[in-house]
Parts: sequence; structure tokens; C-alpha cells
Amino acid sequence: MSFILKMAWRDSRASRRRLALVSISVVLGIAALVGIASLGDNLKRAVDDQTKSLLGSDLTVTSSKPFPEATMAHFKTLGGELAREVSLASQISFPTRGNTRWRGQVRALEGNFPFYGELVTSPAGAMAKLGAGNNAIVEDTLLAQFGVQIGDEVKIGKSTFRVIGALKKIPGEPAAVAMLAPRVYVSMASLEATDLLKGDRFARYRVHFKLPVTTEVEALAKTLGEKLKNQRLRFETVEERKKQLGDALKDVFSFMSLVGFVALFLGAVGVASAMHVYVRQKILTVATLRCLGVRARTAFAIYLTQGCAIGVLGAALGTAAGLSVQALLPKVLKDFLPFEVDFFISWAAVAKGAAAGLVICVLFTLLPLLAVRRVSPLLAIRSAQGQGDNREDPVRLALFFVIAAAVLGFAVLQTGHWLPGLAFTLAMAVSFGILGGVAQLVVLASKHLLPRKPLSYVWRQGLANLHRPNNRTLLLLLSLGLATFLMLTLLLTRSTLLGKIESVAGGSRPNLMFFDIQDDEILRFDAIVSANGAPVIAQAPIITMQIASLKGRAVDAMLKDGHAGIPAWTLTREYRSTYRAALVDTERVTAGKFIGRVTPGEARVPISMEESLAKDLQLAVGDEVTFNVQGVPLTAYVASLRAVEWQRVSPNFFVVFPEGVLEPAPKTFVAAVRVASMADSGRVQQAVVKELPSVSSIDLTLIMQTIDNIFSKVAFVVSFLALFTIVTGVIVLVGAILTGRLQRIRETVLLRTLGATQRQLRQILLVEYTVLGVLSAVTGGALSIAATVLVAKYRFNTTAVIPPLVLLGAVAASVAVTLITGLVTNRGVANTPPLEILREET
Amino acid sequence: MLKVERLTKTYKAAGGPLTVLRDVTFELQPGASVAIVGPSGSGKTTLLGLCAGLDRPTSGNVILAGESIGAMNEDERALVRNRHIGFVFQNFQLVPTLTALENVTVPIELRGDSGRAVTGRGRELLERVGLGERGDHYPVQLSGGEQQRVALARAFMNEPKILFCDEPTGNLDGDTATAMVKLILDLNHEKKTTLVLVTHDLELAKKCRRIIRLRSGLVVSDEMI
Ligand SMILES: Nc1ncnc2c1ncn2[C@@H]1O[C@H](COP(=O)(O)OP(=O)(O)O)[C@@H](O)[C@H]1O
Ligand SMILES: [Mg+2]
Repeated sequence: MSFILKMAWRDSRASRRRLALVSISVVLGIAALVGIASLGDNLKRAVDDQTKSLLGSDLTVTSSKPFPEATMAHFKTLGGELAREVSLASQISFPTRGNTRWRGQVRALEGNFPFYGELVTSPAGAMAKLGAGNNAIVEDTLLAQFGVQIGDEVKIGKSTFRVIGALKKIPGEPAAVAMLAPRVYVSMASLEATDLLKGDRFARYRVHFKLPVTTEVEALAKTLGEKLKNQRLRFETVEERKKQLGDALKDVFSFMSLVGFVALFLGAVGVASAMHVYVRQKILTVATLRCLGVRARTAFAIYLTQGCAIGVLGAALGTAAGLSVQALLPKVLKDFLPFEVDFFISWAAVAKGAAAGLVICVLFTLLPLLAVRRVSPLLAIRSAQGQGDNREDPVRLALFFVIAAAVLGFAVLQTGHWLPGLAFTLAMAVSFGILGGVAQLVVLASKHLLPRKPLSYVWRQGLANLHRPNNRTLLLLLSLGLATFLMLTLLLTRSTLLGKIESVAGGSRPNLMFFDIQDDEILRFDAIVSANGAPVIAQAPIITMQIASLKGRAVDAMLKDGHAGIPAWTLTREYRSTYRAALVDTERVTAGKFIGRVTPGEARVPISMEESLAKDLQLAVGDEVTFNVQGVPLTAYVASLRAVEWQRVSPNFFVVFPEGVLEPAPKTFVAAVRVASMADSGRVQQAVVKELPSVSSIDLTLIMQTIDNIFSKVAFVVSFLALFTIVTGVIVLVGAILTGRLQRIRETVLLRTLGATQRQLRQILLVEYTVLGVLSAVTGGALSIAATVLVAKYRFNTTAVIPPLVLLGAVAASVAVTLITGLVTNRGVANTPPLEILREET
Repeated sequence: MLKVERLTKTYKAAGGPLTVLRDVTFELQPGASVAIVGPSGSGKTTLLGLCAGLDRPTSGNVILAGESIGAMNEDERALVRNRHIGFVFQNFQLVPTLTALENVTVPIELRGDSGRAVTGRGRELLERVGLGERGDHYPVQLSGGEQQRVALARAFMNEPKILFCDEPTGNLDGDTATAMVKLILDLNHEKKTTLVLVTHDLELAKKCRRIIRLRSGLVVSDEMI
């Protein structure tokens, strides 16, 4: 053992530079992996915080009746912190401003809600002063709109309050809740002193929970829902909110794991190719050692020790590098970051990255190292440039399996799912196969298909280099091709993903919604907003209804006798449905056929249901549902299911009826417009209210800001991670060429000794590198297009965005990097006295 | 010491099988010295390789120090080489990454021995070949003759029973070659080693007690001087 260690150490002394080259790939690969893993965790947390502040709590339970004592007592046993909230719709007016009446939402809070995010008032801290009298805090836009000052009076119902602050921002207001009306906060005591709550069936009672981090919130919500189903409660969790943000977040996390793989794989490719060349150069030494009586196993162990040392050292340095990138990043980028971040180091991610990097590195080192076991001692006396014969080595085959298993294991670990892990491993295997095949073709073509006569010496030599013994066609095609493939896939996936995010969060979304527009007001409304420069982007009639029976079973009976896992709130809630002739652009049919029109008097009405609701209600296409439309029963069946992009702020609906049925029912309208600024928003709202006082509006700019915030973070991190990995890729590319250069040094020097000019040498090299560079870039490019199309289709549910310029640019850049590195590194050879190199490289 | 029985070696070459050794038989007593001579391509290196267990014969057998190496596997043969055999090659074959002294001590360190005693012996041997001051130099810092002397010191490090030299002077100039041969023979005498010297230089060969001539893989003469 000590002999092995000693030899490994001594043997490394003279080749430290080459070993350093090998380790650069390891260091960078692992640095990228560690950095990405930790950054990924940062992003996850940032987004989590952001989403939590969308709800303000871990769990919010809503009821239309006050919570019974027993229920409250039970809530208190759940651990964590509670806050109680009562809200109701009420008429609000400002006596100093002409008594215009406004339908607002009056609320009272008890407890420290919001637990996440911040409730912002102006002046700050106004909430704390609510209890000191008949004080109120009023929605900022409302105050601005009427020019109400702090200290003015506000009338709520019949009681008068004093305005002590403006409500700027409150977490926990998703579109669905905040849509109802502008908010006014008063203290719980003063609200209870009014007669507003007496017999008001529109009051909402909420309990907000801040739960211990160990609590499984989803499961808890489910248990509570089952236990308290008679109370017809609604449960909201952060998870559910995240769902509303749509696939976008899931996509980003998928993308990040892809980036992690790519970085690690690039590192591994770098290690394998550098190690391959390194081992080749050691073969004569191994043969000599074998003559001296070193056993094959011992020789192998010597170089394995070196390989492992490189792995461990590389992992340590790489981890340090990854961490320092993390540490430096906020400082360097502070002024450019579109958001505030407290970067933290995710040690779990770091450990995972370093361990995976080390394992992959050692495995990929083993691959070329196996050749050492097969070196014949005869080579020492034949002084032939030998190489081990690997073809029928069963250990090598086994190693391929182990590598595949390790890659698969890592892929599954990273994504947390079997399928994408398997897909990634398969993609890697296929690209290996294809690149290997191309290399084989190049070797064969350069051997047999070349016209001999008309070519100049330089061309003959350059092309012959592709197939001669000791050629590096396979090595360079594999490493250059894989590097190009992986980097380009990253670039293309990035543009695909950004394209998708842009389509969700693009600049023309509506941000101001109007409700309660009466039937006879809608035409006038359209005219008013158009005249104020904010034309209607989307509008829809709303008819409220409840579900009376499902597939022939009455809901009341179901609630009493059990409903087989159907969430109670989906049975009891009030559905705000619409009717229209066609789909809108935030939805698509996933099953059945959308029917846009029926003749009036149809016995069974074909409706379209949102797919996750249908799943909750356990309904499939063709199933029957009876609605209670404000007292009138209406029989319908599910004609189609829709996927709805809820994250797009637009009037979206769980249930869509065809035209020809609901028109006579009492209805109101909702309309969405886009305004350019907060000031515009106030102006448009004022114009509408002046003529149509019963119309209420909600300014979504705050919610939109939150969503925008998340997406700008996401877009930034996506770009940054991709860039980081691409830099790694370029360095691996350079490394591959540098190692390739070592293989050619002797011959180049020999040619020079024989009188070849610098120019000729350069041209020979250029011919060889051009063929290899172009072929690997083109093959890698083709592979990446295929991969992007597949990833876009099956992972991101979108169409691939493949900008031709990016594609061309990347392929050209890859060729350029190959050629430039080749030429630059060869300068060293040309400038050193041949004698030195001849002696050194023996 | 060394017994070679009807040794035949055939290579599968592109143009059909190529027999480079045919029925070679001879036997060496301990302490003997033999020169194998013949023109280039006659099979000298092949024969040496087979004797030292670097390759397997197509047929025939080699018995080295009483052990039949034909029946051994690679690792067992490696052990035999380490225990009984010393090598000097035409192109020196020093490990480029080791210093002169380390090159010399490798065969012993391989056995797991190391420390002062080993280094001391290495230095002694280097001293003996006239390179006492050069122990810390790397092969690239030594001339051809010096490298070959290091190789010779290395060959004697494990106190071999038999020393194989394949054209040890082939890459050296006249004076250096003469000095080298003298050194080999002196050391051989001192240590009472059996010597097998492959060369195409008859003058050199005549310094051994026995000469075996090869031509096209056949032994054409085997004479004692
Ligand atoms: N691996 C091989 N395959 C085919 N022929 C070989 C191989 N090795 C050596 N030879 C041939 O064997 C013959 C003897 O070679 P060698 O023993 O090196 O001769 P010498 O050392 O006497 O010059 C030569 O003709 C050589 O071409
Ligand atoms: Mg020879």
C-alpha cells in the first residue's frame, strides 16, 4: 500500500501541470454544481417567502358563520399561532366628500396577521392605533380617488369612524378575495359595537394559522375539512396559492436541475478526456514498471490513487469556488439585481453537489484508467507507442453500467422523479452513441474516401490525422460535441422557458377589474373606459349558483351520508359561472368538446368544467350535474374539461355555460382593463364611479407586482445559471483541446525538425480542427434541437423557441473556440526548442 | 538457471502468420554469461522477452530459477521478475517522473521495503556506476550514458539471479559503450549474476563466455569461447 501511495505521489510530481489540467474540469464542474444547487435552494426559498406572503399565513380557514367555541378550542390545540378576522361588505361614504357611497369591505383583525409579508400603512404603524377609539384605516386608492385626508371622517353603515391611515399593501389577498371591494380596517371591538354584524349573511369569519414548520399543512387542511365538514368551511394553503401561480415555478425548478446535470456532466466529460490523454502518456512508464515486477493491479492502483486524489482535491476546490461565487455574487451584482436577496449557503445542497461530483469524477477517471491494467510489459522493450486494448474487457462493460446507474441515480435524486431522470440518462446515452458513430464515420471516411492525388501535403496530413493510430477524433468529437450539445440545449431551453413566462406575464395583461356592472349598465361602462384610454380587454357575465346534485345524488344527502373524498367546500361553495360561445386564450380543452351554443329550452345543458374541479368533484365527461341558479334548478352535463391558466389575471371561471341558457337569469358583469399607472387607475375608477355608482372596482396592480416580482426573479436566475454553466462548458472545451494538443506535440516537433514551416504546421492543425470543430458543433447542435423540442413538449408543455441566430451563433462560437484554442495552444509548441520537447515527452 | 525448451513464437500479422522464433533450445548454468547475436529482425528481442516472461510463447517452455513460467499468470510472472530478474534496455526506460535514485530503488520499494537501508543501497549502487552525485536528478537531466548507468544500477538493486540486457549499448557512442560493457561485466562478476546479453556487436559478444547466433528465428550456432 505504501508503495502505491509513494509511487502515486512521486509520479505526479513531474506531471503536475497535466494533472492540474485534469482537475480544472473537476473544479469547475463541481463549482458549477455546488453553486447551482445552493443558488437553487436560495431561489426556492425566495419564491416560497414570496408565495407565503401571497396568503400571509400557512393556513387560512374561512366560514360564513362565527366559529363555535369548540372549534376555536380545537384550533388552539394545533400548535403555532392564530389570528382571527371578520370581514363584511358594507356601504362606505366620506361625509366630507359629498357622501358618495361605495361598496367596500370592512374588516377587523385580532392577532398578528399577516405572519408572512408585511401589512403596509401610511403612516407606518397605524394598525397599532386602531384600538384607541373609532379609528379606521382605508384603502389607499380609495382615499386618493376621493381626495380624503388623514383625520377625515368615514361612514361605515350608520357608524362614523376617523381615518387614521391609508392601507398600502396587505399580503394574503389573492385576486379572488381582493376583487370584492376596497378594504377598510377597524378594531374588533368597534366593529362589534356597530350593528353591522347582526344578521349579516355576507360576513366572513376567518382564522389564520401560523403553523410549526414541521406541520404537514396540506394533510392538516384535509383532516380538518373532514372533521368539520358540517360547518362548510373553506381552507386555503400556500400550496394552493402556488398552484395558482401555475406551472411556471415547477418549470423553473426543472430547468435548474437540468442546469445542474449539465454542469456536472460537462465536468465529467472534461475529466474523462483529460484523464484519457494522461493515461496514454503513462503507458510506457507502466510497461517499464511491469518489467520491474509491478503487478497489473498495483500499477492500476497507483494511477487510481492519483485519480481519486484529483477527485477529492477537485471536489474541495470546486466546493470552495462554488461557495465563493455564492458569497461574491450579491456584492458584485447588488446594483443589477432586480430584487433584494439574502443569500444563504444551503449546506445540504453543497454536500449533495460535492458528493455527486466526486462520485461521477472518480467513475469517469476509472474509464480511461482501466487501460492500465492491460498494458503489456513487452511495450518496454519494443518501445512501441502502445495503448491498452480495451475492447473485450468485461470490467469496462461493468463500469459503463455503474456509470449509467450513477448518472441515473443522480438524475432521479436531482429531479425527485423517475421519469425525467431516466429521460436524461437516456438522452446522454443516445448522444454518446450518435457522437461516437459520427467519429467512427469520420475515421472511415478519412481513411477510404479521400482523393489522394489532388490534395496538397497539408491537407493530406491534416485529414490523415483523423484516422491514424493515436488519433483523437473520437475523444474530441465526444467532448466537443457533448459540450456543444449540452450548452446549446441550455440556451435553447432558456429561451423556450423565458418565452413561456413572457406569455404569462407579458406587458398587455389587464390590471384593473370592475365588478357588479349591472345588465343595463354594461354598454355605458364600455364607453366610459374606452373614452378614458383603457378599453375592455376581457369581460364576462356572472351568474351565481350552487351545486344541487351530482350524478343524481343531492348534495345535502351527500354531506350528511359522506361524500367519498370530495372536498366539502367544492360542494357547498357559491359558483360564479359565466356563459360564452367560445374559449378564451387563458384556457384550453383537455377532454370532450366545447359546446358554445344551445337552443333555448334544452333539457340537459352541455357545460365546460375546469379540470381540477372536475377531479375534486369526481366528474368525467358526460356526467350530470344539477345547479341551483338562484332558486331555479338547472340540469347540465359535463361536455368538456378545460385547463385554465389561473395565473393570468383575467376573468376565469370554473364552470362555463353555452350561450342560449342563462341569458334571462339575473346577472352582473365583470370586466378587465389595463391601465398604465396607479394614477391612471384612479382616474379611470373615478370616471366609472361618477356615472355608475354601484360598480365596484379592484386595482390589481399590487397583486400583479407580487407576481411580476416572482417572475423577474425567476427570469434573472434562469439567465444567470445558464451563463454560469456555459462558462464552465467553454473552459471544458478549452481543456479538451489542450489535452488533445499534448498528444500531437511529438509529431509536431518531429515535423518541425524535418523542416516543416510554422505555416504548414498551422495549416495541418487547422484542417484537422476545422473538420472536428464543425462536425462536433453541427452534431451537437442537431442533438440540442431534438432535446429542446422534446423537453419543451414533454416537460414544459409548450412549444420550443429556437431562435436561429442563437443556434447559428452558438455553433459558430463552438467552432471558433475550437480553432482559436487549437492555434493558441500550439504556439507554445512552436516557440519551444524541439530538443526540449523531444526529451520531455519520451 | 535458465532452461529454454523448443521455444516457438508466431505472430498473427496482416499478411498471415509470421514465425519469428523456431524451436529455440538452450540451457544456462548459474553464473554463466551468454551473448545472443544476430542481424536486426532475427528475433533476439522476442527471445529475450519470452525468457523474461514478458510474453507467452506459441509453444515450448521456459524454466527460470527452477520455475516453469509458461504455466504462470501475469501477476505470478511479475513476481518472478521482481524477485529474480534485472533488465537493461536499449532505450534505457527510466521512469521519467522519478529521480535517478528513486528509479534505482523502485524494485525494492515494490516489495514494500523502504527506508534508510534501501536508500543507502540505492546510493551505493549509483556510486558504483559513478553517479553518486546525481541521485536527485531526473532522467531528462542526464545524458544517454548516464541514464543507462542508472538503469544498470536499478537492474542490480533486487540482487537478481539473472540479468537481461537488450542491446544496452545500442544508443551509446563508442567510448561510452565500452565503459558501459565493462561496467556490466564487472558487476556481473561481482554479484555472480547470470548474464544474457543481446547484441548485434560481435566485439561485445566476444566478452561473454558463450555466443548463440540467431538468424530468422533459428539458432544457427551455439559456441563456447
Ligand atoms: N507484435 C508483432 N507482430 C508481428 N510481428 C512482430 C511483432 N513483434 C515483432 N515482430 C517481428 O518479429 C521479428 C523479430 O523481431 P525482434 O525480436 O524485435 O528482432 P531483433 O530484436 O532481433 O531485431 C521482426 O521481423 C519483427 O518485425
Ligand atoms: Mg531488438
